[in-house]
Amino acid sequence: MNPNMWPRPDITLWSRPFWDGVRRHELIAQRCIHCGQLRYPPGPTCNRCLSDRHDWTRLTGEGQVQSWVVFHQVYWNELATEVPYNVALIRLAEDVLFISNLVGVDHAEVHMGMPVRVVFDDVDDDLTVPRFAPTEPSTQASTR
Amino acid sequence: MSPVEQSACVVGVGTTEWGSFPDTDAHGLGIQAFKGALEDAGVGATDIDGLITSRIPSYTQFADATGIDPSFTVALPAEGRQSGVAIGLAKSLIDSHQCDVVALVYGNNGRSQRVYYGGGDEAFSAWGFTSPGAQHALLLRQHMHRYGTTPDQLAEVAITFRHHASLNPSAVMREPITRQDYHSSRFIVEPLHLFDYCLINDGGVCLIITRQERARDLRGTPVRILGYGQAASLTGSPFYPNDFFYPALQRVAKQTYEQCGVGKEDLDALMIYDNFSPTVLFTLEGFGFCAPGESAEWIQEGTLRLGGKYPTNTSGGHLSESYMQGWALNVEAVRQVRGDASGRQVPDCRTVQYMAATPISSSVIYGRES
Repeated sequence: MNPNMWPRPDITLWSRPFWDGVRRHELIAQRCIHCGQLRYPPGPTCNRCLSDRHDWTRLTGEGQVQSWVVFHQVYWNELATEVPYNVALIRLAEDVLFISNLVGVDHAEVHMGMPVRVVFDDVDDDLTVPRFAPTEPSTQASTR
Repeated sequence: MSPVEQSACVVGVGTTEWGSFPDTDAHGLGIQAFKGALEDAGVGATDIDGLITSRIPSYTQFADATGIDPSFTVALPAEGRQSGVAIGLAKSLIDSHQCDVVALVYGNNGRSQRVYYGGGDEAFSAWGFTSPGAQHALLLRQHMHRYGTTPDQLAEVAITFRHHASLNPSAVMREPITRQDYHSSRFIVEPLHLFDYCLINDGGVCLIITRQERARDLRGTPVRILGYGQAASLTGSPFYPNDFFYPALQRVAKQTYEQCGVGKEDLDALMIYDNFSPTVLFTLEGFGFCAPGESAEWIQEGTLRLGGKYPTNTSGGHLSESYMQGWALNVEAVRQVRGDASGRQVPDCRTVQYMAATPISSSVIYGRES
């Protein structure tokens, strides 16, 4: 995987602390101060209690694969050399859903419920992207 | 005046050809469809007192070009979910007597402008994740895991709608496809194949909706809107729901069937929003045609095919006729009820249900004039 070719994230008013956290190799999520609900992607309000008061809490980075796909279509020209690449829907241990790439595993090896842990990809001087690697030993070694 | 005479009905429909038309634009296509619908209905532009547009880039430009100043004007976003929303809104405008003749206009020149779905600046761009197709591929994987749905079963959707398109001179893709064709077609976002994806084309669609009593004075053959329902699955919507929209679809089903007392056994044809083939499965299950997880098996015996129990997307649908974001499916429903679907007419077609399973799900039941 050549991370430098990947689209840069849309860093917004609400998501900036998330990306700053990732730069520090921390996976963090907003937590509602009023009711404790975690939310991701970052946003202005807790949709359970409508409070806008939140802080940020560090997540363990552990999760399980709930679904995954493999992109064969090139949607960004820069990714023409990267296809086919996988994207997984991961349910983190804190019951937060996350979309990310799985690294260190062949597409054919990915399975439902596969346990994964975050790895921090230092793409360049300005950007780190969280990706996920399996925590089980692989049956076929891959250095993707 | 009796409730039946107040009933909203579609009295005019207009559609352009589908394809690549670089010599016009979305306004031109919408206007062409609008004029076709006016002619079909037997009304003039000045009779239009309600205007709802979707994907028309500028509703002001459209109204100026057609010389209309309605009593109610709104432009809806360009999403496919909005076709069902627009029809529900038009029905409300008619039912409440806010308007007498509402024009719903859609125009899309995405193919000639090479405007595709995906690849923009989005929430998950950093991971290369984009497009509604990818969201549905994630859902399909879960459906396969949870219920055992197989690609071979799913192929039936694309094969059936392609068969229907072969009977429709307006359809873009008309060559029949086999299971082998399906399996060997390239993956777009695996597990979805090329043939699981809707066809991007240019085109325009217009419906003109009035009340039944007014329709009697007009040329167009009216088709009644018997029932309507809508429900959203917007909470948590950055991630498409792992319940396949079922709770919303069940609410829409209840609302729509109870409004008109129509049951599934009364339906002669279905129009199912097929942005992607698995959406057809989710819709059938969510509306209760079969239990969750059973639709893939249920459709194998030709259930959705012309001549089967529930002929579906008789024009070829989004997968083979063209992707007009639900609009052309509603026109096909009207044409079927009118007996105007030559080559693919469902015999004695009296009642047709349109259904869309999306972050805003909706349904319309069409029926003959009473």
